[in-house]
Amino acid sequence: MQTYSYYPGCALERNAAVYHDSLMAVAESLDLTFTEVEDWNCCGATEYITIDLIPAYALVGRNLALAAEQNCNGRSLVAPCSACFLNLKKTDHYLAQSPELNRQVNQALAAGGLHYDPGSVHVKHLLEIVAEDVGFEKVARAVKRPLYGLKVAPYYGCLIVRPAFDGTFDDAEQPSSLDVLMRTIGAEVVDFPAKAQCCGGHMTQISEEVALHLIHQLLKNAVDHGADVIAAICPMCQLNLDAYQDAVNKHYGTDFHIPILYFTQLLGLAFGFGEATMGIGQELVDARPALANIQSKPLKPPRRKRPSKKELPMPPKLQEV
Amino acid sequence: MNRIVNQPRGPTTQGRTFSEEVIAQTPGDDPRLSMCLQCGTCGGSCPSGADMDYSPRELFAMIDADMRGEVLSSNTPWYCVSCYYCMVRCPQDIHITDIMYTLKRMAIQEGFSQESNAKDAPDFSETFIDFVENYGRSFELGLATLYHLRHHPMNAMRMATGMGFDLFRRGRMNLLPTRIDNIDQLQAILAEAKAIGGNGDANL
Repeated sequence: MQTYSYYPGCALERNAAVYHDSLMAVAESLDLTFTEVEDWNCCGATEYITIDLIPAYALVGRNLALAAEQNCNGRSLVAPCSACFLNLKKTDHYLAQSPELNRQVNQALAAGGLHYDPGSVHVKHLLEIVAEDVGFEKVARAVKRPLYGLKVAPYYGCLIVRPAFDGTFDDAEQPSSLDVLMRTIGAEVVDFPAKAQCCGGHMTQISEEVALHLIHQLLKNAVDHGADVIAAICPMCQLNLDAYQDAVNKHYGTDFHIPILYFTQLLGLAFGFGEATMGIGQELVDARPALANIQSKPLKPPRRKRPSKKELPMPPKLQEV
Repeated sequence: MNRIVNQPRGPTTQGRTFSEEVIAQTPGDDPRLSMCLQCGTCGGSCPSGADMDYSPRELFAMIDADMRGEVLSSNTPWYCVSCYYCMVRCPQDIHITDIMYTLKRMAIQEGFSQESNAKDAPDFSETFIDFVENYGRSFELGLATLYHLRHHPMNAMRMATGMGFDLFRRGRMNLLPTRIDNIDQLQAILAEAKAIGGNGDANL
């Protein structure tokens, strides 16, 4: 049994409640327990740092100080949202790097009776603990109903793999942990070259044109490679690809209807939980038609085509991981 | 501070060059901005680069040339989507995304932020943090409603009848914000942080 401090973040309270609920359901199967940081506050997303520097770091500093105070056994702090993960990690990193920033932020925290020593909380993303701390073997043992035949595009987005403060657990350009995780639960992972590209973040509100362009690229890339579903690890990515799919279709004259599910929902389905328990149906693009592709037996791999003697000899296609 | 590559050009406010001011207000970047090679990897990596007035590379050359007004009134920092591709690819390890945040703060403070085609962006951030300061949590419905009613009333209508309604129907939108228990503590911390100096200009 591994225990973590847990920072859900604002999105998981409502818009991404299925991410939280599906995580809590699969946690038991993976022997994980989460203790929520009491009275945590918003991480400021990308907005507070746009307005004010020291208050932005103090805002995150309060969460780190609370986590450190409530965390007596040196547990890691887990964030399921990539933006929260980045803000917590970045604040800890820059406080450690800049004594002057650390002094000013701690002076602010002292006004609330708090103090934080940089480095005392180890921040991790949820995917990181499932891939590394739990490990793929343990995940494989929990699988009861493998997702055979379901073609998944693993979508990492930006902030879990970049900017890679303190070294990251996965590659900044070609991450693979979610690929392996999805294959572990029986799904077929499609090649998805755009896997670490940006969903546009808050650009939907600033310049919809720019945001729709980015979302369109991602949807098109996943669909072009034959994906039935996109697996997301961040509420912002899920919201943009799911809720703006209709707007993309109108803007580009396309007809995408590819569902975006949290990776924890797919884990839950493979662990034998029902669709209702996993919150299937709360996404705007209905996932049920895609989930109907799940087979009870693994599909036979397509027969290798014998290369034509007329073609130039080419190296074999790269196998991921 | 030591300038590695270039000698400071004409001093601006506080006797420092624009470049030195930007560096001083960006945690963790000292003094990499002044070591920009002008290679253009940042602009080539940028997903929204095509819509920017100047690519990050151009902007850094302009900062070095003390073109304060042109830099701060451009849309470049506001069109940064914070994907950090430029930052992990920069051969000089310049913290480009953090510099964009610094430029946004400077643009607001010095009154340049209304001059680019992203002039609504500061208000989006302000509205977002208003909820955070009052409740300790963000509030999507309030943010979308206030921001769109102020800037794009047609969008507000479209969202209320379309996507907003769909999200609400699926239980994905709260009608009321949540307030944290110890909001007084958070507000005391933020008030002190602002008193220290919101923009933290102290060689971070």
